[in-house]
Amino acid sequence: MDTDQRVEHELGEVAIKIREMHKWYGSFHVLKDINLEVQSGERIVVCGPSGSGKSTMIRCINRLEEHQKGDIIVDGVELTNDLKNIEAVRREVGMVFQHFNLFPHLTVLENCTLAPIWVRKTPKAEAEEIAMRYLERVKIPEQARKFPGQLSGGQQQRVAIARSLCMSPKIMLFDEPTSALDPEMIKEVLDTMIELAQEGMTMICVTHEMGFAKTVANRVIFMDAGQIIEQNNPDEFFNNPQNERTQLFLSQILNH
Amino acid sequence: MSGAKEVKQHYEPGTHPDLPPPLGSTGPIKWIRENLFSSPTNIVLTILAAFFLYKIVPGMVAWTITDATFIAADRNECRALNSGACWAFIAQRWHLFTFGFYPEAERWRVVLAFILLCVVIVALLWENCPGRSLLVKFALIFPFIAAWLLLGGFGLEPVSTDKFGGFMLTVIIGVTGIALSLPLGILLALGRQSNLPIIKYACVGFIEFIRGVPLITLLFVASTMLSYFLPPGTNFNLLLRVLIMVTLFASAYMAEVIRGGLQAVPNGQIEAADAMGLKYWPAMRLIVLPQALKISIPGIVNTFIGLYKDSVLVIVIGLLDPLGIGQASLADTKWQGLSTEVYLFVAIFFFISCYAMARYSLYLERKLHTGH
Repeated sequence: MDTDQRVEHELGEVAIKIREMHKWYGSFHVLKDINLEVQSGERIVVCGPSGSGKSTMIRCINRLEEHQKGDIIVDGVELTNDLKNIEAVRREVGMVFQHFNLFPHLTVLENCTLAPIWVRKTPKAEAEEIAMRYLERVKIPEQARKFPGQLSGGQQQRVAIARSLCMSPKIMLFDEPTSALDPEMIKEVLDTMIELAQEGMTMICVTHEMGFAKTVANRVIFMDAGQIIEQNNPDEFFNNPQNERTQLFLSQILNH
Repeated sequence: MSGAKEVKQHYEPGTHPDLPPPLGSTGPIKWIRENLFSSPTNIVLTILAAFFLYKIVPGMVAWTITDATFIAADRNECRALNSGACWAFIAQRWHLFTFGFYPEAERWRVVLAFILLCVVIVALLWENCPGRSLLVKFALIFPFIAAWLLLGGFGLEPVSTDKFGGFMLTVIIGVTGIALSLPLGILLALGRQSNLPIIKYACVGFIEFIRGVPLITLLFVASTMLSYFLPPGTNFNLLLRVLIMVTLFASAYMAEVIRGGLQAVPNGQIEAADAMGLKYWPAMRLIVLPQALKISIPGIVNTFIGLYKDSVLVIVIGLLDPLGIGQASLADTKWQGLSTEVYLFVAIFFFISCYAMARYSLYLERKLHTGH
């Protein structure tokens, strides 16, 4: 990867556009009038109290959750009930989950090559070569033949990141990637993510790691009760929060 | 920290070697102590069990082996020779028990089909079998070869299915039922979870109906009532009808066993597969089913064993499985009163096959365990 090209030359092209999006679980209104535009190459951190709809919002971006009103356009494709569109979006959007969701019956290498082989129709040998390259990038090539159950949590999450990268996604979604990890392992996962951010990947990351937000985010979004309350660049967001709820939230998580 | 001063550390921190465990905490002595003599109740039970075995085992061995007769012309000769079991009866009729009334000159075909079946089973079940990939391909055409060998035609003397009987019949019903009910059960289980109401309710209706009816009634339907439903003159082979009914019956149970496995696969697995853009069938085949089936192995094998043993029920519609042959043989005046031998013999045959299935399933569970 030529990291010297990491100038944000691609900024300006719209990667994700969410317009007046609403979602209900039954009669419970979880997401209310979400409007969000993400430029390609942008790194966005989403934070907020639990139950505020952060995860639900990013899960709408690859249609793991269905929205009922409004539009979501990802990489120029609108998400509707059309399976073709959904599959097209999912091919270009990688996702990393809180609980890794690695496939326990497949080896690390097989986890990484499965989607390239079956979705992208990459020949097996080539898919394995690509997988090994990404496993080296997340610094665990020696674990390739092991099963996920034999790795530590931090290693599993790095495998999950490598697995997503093997599909060469244009956008990466991170859904609380470090929340299920021991403190010792959070750093190794964050380092991998920071490296990825520095290479210019478009990222939306739901996380409580404010240090990470300060280091890599272009924009921090604060959500509460299903709404986007405030969004700003990290400097402004942390030093000069506008909304009362944001101030309260920040005072609670930063004063520990 | 005052008490800590007196405790002498034998090794510098970080240099403590791995030591062997204290005597008696591993090996057979530990096993005996933990499993046979761990508490007063346990000691009493152990002694009672030992006494019981001492009383019963010698008698059993004497009756079945040491005092038994293996060669005799009829029952009276048996009794005159020895006091134990009269295996001579079985020895004289083992052809009947094995092949039913299959013509003697054509029995080699059954033997050949059985040998091929063994080869196919070994190839399918043993991963490191030499030439496996070729043999697995052979497994796909094996059913047709077996049908040709057993039924004849195309250059072989045709043999009617009325002549099939004995263990041969059990194996045909068991293997066909097992081979077909698993894929059918998987489809039914997936169908039951479908989002499409028509597929879902068709599967639910089928499963609940078949599970709610005794197998015997289904076999009766197969043997008699179908002739009323079908246009007159259609000759729909009885064995084929039985095979269909047994398969459908087992697949309904199989579907429920597999549904349990499907529900045990965490939702995150499906989400991860979806998030990668995998379509429904690849996601099921590569991600969900391997995990669901692994979880369901005990239940699946349980259903297999049940199906295999239920094949003796075909006796009620006039097919001569080993029990049917046994009952028919007992009617012979020369050999009257030997039912214990017959039932024990048939029981041993079933036990060997079913125990083999059970052991294989345990092996499979261990092999598929990947530390999660």
